[in-house]
Amino acid sequence: MSNPFHVVVCASVVPDPLQTLEPIAGPSGPGLKNEMMLPAILDPWAAHALYEGAHLVKQVDGSKLWLVSMAPKAKLQQVMMTVAQKVPLQLVAIDGPSGGFVDAHQTAITLANAIRKIDGLDLSRLLLFGGWESASRSAGVTLQLVGEQLGIVDQFQGVDSFKPQDNGSFEVLERIEGARHQVSVCTGPPAVLGWATGNLGEPPNNPQVGMANMRLIMPALQRATAASVSPDGLRYGSVITPKQQRETKIVKDKTADEIAQEIAQWIGQE
Amino acid sequence: MSTAEQPIVERASIDVDIACVGFGPAMGGFLTTLSRKLLNDDGTPAIESSVMPGMPLQVICYERADDIGFGVSGAVTRARGIRASFPDFDPTQIPLAAAVTSEKLVYLLDPIGASRRSRTLRIADSLLRKLAKLDHEAFELPYTPGFLHKKDGYILSIGQFNQWVGSQVMSSGVVQIWPGMPVGEALIENGAVRGVRLVDQGVDRSGNPDAGFTPGMDIRAALTVVGDGPVGAISRDIDSKLGMPPGNEVREWALGMKFVIELRPEVDLQPGTVLHTFGFPEPEIFGFLYVHPGGLASVGIFVPSWFNCPVRTSYRYLQHYIQHPYLWRYLEGGKLRSWGAKSLQESGKRGEPFLAGEGYARIGECSGSTNVLTGSGVDEAWTTGVQLAEAVLELMQAGKPFTRENLVRYEQRRRASWVEKEARVAEKSRDGFQVGVVTGMMGMALAAFSNGKLSLGGKPPKPCEHLASLAQFYRGKVELAEVVALEKQCAAKTTSLHDALMNRCGWPQIVPDGSLLVSHQDALLLGGKVQAPAGYADHVVFRDIEVCRRCGTKLCVEMCSAQAITRSLEGAPNFDREKCVFCGACSWNCPEMVSGQPNLQFTAGAGGLHSAEN
Repeated sequence: MSNPFHVVVCASVVPDPLQTLEPIAGPSGPGLKNEMMLPAILDPWAAHALYEGAHLVKQVDGSKLWLVSMAPKAKLQQVMMTVAQKVPLQLVAIDGPSGGFVDAHQTAITLANAIRKIDGLDLSRLLLFGGWESASRSAGVTLQLVGEQLGIVDQFQGVDSFKPQDNGSFEVLERIEGARHQVSVCTGPPAVLGWATGNLGEPPNNPQVGMANMRLIMPALQRATAASVSPDGLRYGSVITPKQQRETKIVKDKTADEIAQEIAQWIGQE
Repeated sequence: MSTAEQPIVERASIDVDIACVGFGPAMGGFLTTLSRKLLNDDGTPAIESSVMPGMPLQVICYERADDIGFGVSGAVTRARGIRASFPDFDPTQIPLAAAVTSEKLVYLLDPIGASRRSRTLRIADSLLRKLAKLDHEAFELPYTPGFLHKKDGYILSIGQFNQWVGSQVMSSGVVQIWPGMPVGEALIENGAVRGVRLVDQGVDRSGNPDAGFTPGMDIRAALTVVGDGPVGAISRDIDSKLGMPPGNEVREWALGMKFVIELRPEVDLQPGTVLHTFGFPEPEIFGFLYVHPGGLASVGIFVPSWFNCPVRTSYRYLQHYIQHPYLWRYLEGGKLRSWGAKSLQESGKRGEPFLAGEGYARIGECSGSTNVLTGSGVDEAWTTGVQLAEAVLELMQAGKPFTRENLVRYEQRRRASWVEKEARVAEKSRDGFQVGVVTGMMGMALAAFSNGKLSLGGKPPKPCEHLASLAQFYRGKVELAEVVALEKQCAAKTTSLHDALMNRCGWPQIVPDGSLLVSHQDALLLGGKVQAPAGYADHVVFRDIEVCRRCGTKLCVEMCSAQAITRSLEGAPNFDREKCVFCGACSWNCPEMVSGQPNLQFTAGAGGLHSAEN
């Protein structure tokens, strides 16, 4: 296969799952209470995209992988301590907010500008990877907007499979309703692929990968430029986190059927 | 499977200069000090790597937890070592940190009447009720002994502090810290530590290769620095293979469990407030309340190994503790923000291992640095890390290898420091607790005021040797026949015996409020955010199930901080890896020995707490 891909994965940083999220109104718009204290991870949707991208780069000789991420530098550094053990990557770090309340359009412009500046990136070979959805509070449209900023018209969302062909084209499976996939064949890059879960598990931690990555990641973090994203023109009417209801009670001497029935009734009250 | 039957696994290997195990305050002190001297001002290596010539020293630190911010501790500290490393230390730069503003030592009486109090204590309680001015069923001691003071100190969230330190160390660019990567064992060759082996990934619960099998890599290093805490796998591996100094043994432990609570807005407790308590929920259980900025408080208890209760479930005790009227006036209506638990190695100098040997050195709690008299561990741990770093730098600058003889420089620094001086005072200070709580308190005071020359009581037995039988412990509270009946009922229902006995002793049932008083499992989810990645072997292994079946106490079940070890109808315990918070209490509570080792094996594993506020 002699048609290398230049895979750029856009990934945001989100609070570690199970953390208690509480919206607050800050001077520059809505945010999360104690957000900087919350442990962070790479957005799980985008993480799938990263693993798929790394897998693809390994399959197709000459391909390259970059991870473009915008978050407070300290948070990015923290997240990289875990992510960099997984797959070989080159980081493009942007020092900016990661709360998910920034205007998706402005975020997309920032990301697109950073991508254009990547040394050695051939836009004609670009596969722009990211999450189909996001675990942040974002509108879920950023990846699409980045693609538009870069003038990429072939866009696929809910991707579960990407198969490169010998002639430079590739086959994409996109999720559609009814638990089915739509099969598309694209003649070649550039393209945008918003990944669902893909088919790859999380790679194990690899110390050699980590050591190699970190030699480039720390300088990248030091070079990270501050993003000029502001809430200008964007106003939030209200902000709420997804409703969670938790009721605890001790249940003894009930059969599984009775417990199931009670849970079903409880759900039905919602 | 015997060793002979184990398949040969090809393992990759990498060479580094210094391999570090565990990232806590001790390793923070070590890496902070070391990293400042590894580069010249122009960015060139001040000390060249021997494994990558021309490059700076290759220093790698592996941390078992999924993030360096998932550590647990009280923690109030005098921070002498931390301030020496950071002369301009500004607590406002670290979330949840505050300077200590006030300290009180408070004796909590039992407003319920369910605790087991000695005759002496009952008399003392009676006198206090008649003669002293009580405040919400508590007596504030007129002064706090100097040895307990945290003068000029700080209240910290160790999770946030570790993040702050780790971020600075990583920013130096000369040290790599990798969380989520447990270290399985030390590579020991001819009595020398030559590095470490990481755990296998992509294995099933029993450790057999599964999807994505990746054998744990060997990290070979000229120096291995072990700072893996009180129950670290590498520390125990080294101790078991290379032995302990003659006469030294870890016999005293405690289980610390805490909540971080968001206080009601109207609660008037100033950040920096420190309360040390004793007397409730049982006289043997010490407690604390530390107030952080932002209306948060850390509240917790220590359940010591010399508390001879054969069914000691810390979570239930913690729930009663926070409801003591003296504390509840502040905590009622609060919201659970975090929860966590950890073991404390309380043997101090008596549990001190070899501080250094061929190719390795030990720092922090795993090196016996915790001071049980002053109730301090973070300060000591940090300082031992700094001391090792200074010695290591000196050796590298002189081009000397990391031999046992050369690493004596670390030991000399430590012996000459306040850490050692205070550890000697503390060495026998708690022996009186083997006799009773009152004797124990007197012994602490005696040791403190005589600079360790005097003490009460004798050398403590091992935790499992200290346990009373159920009949002995509940004598006067519950009839033996009833204890036996409850034991049978709980075994049949696979429920907690301790809960049943506490109910029977008159402890009121905990009424969940959904906010602070929540079930144990809710505390794991809402507070600890406990989770575990797939692909790792169970790190708690019952070596001989038949021995477990015959075990009379099932203390591993009752003492498990997270209900990860539970009873089964078959009589042997079950282990649920996804609930474990790695407190390690099971490892020092197992009373059953097989071939000289506890039947319960606690090894390296992944996952655990995901709260960064502890």
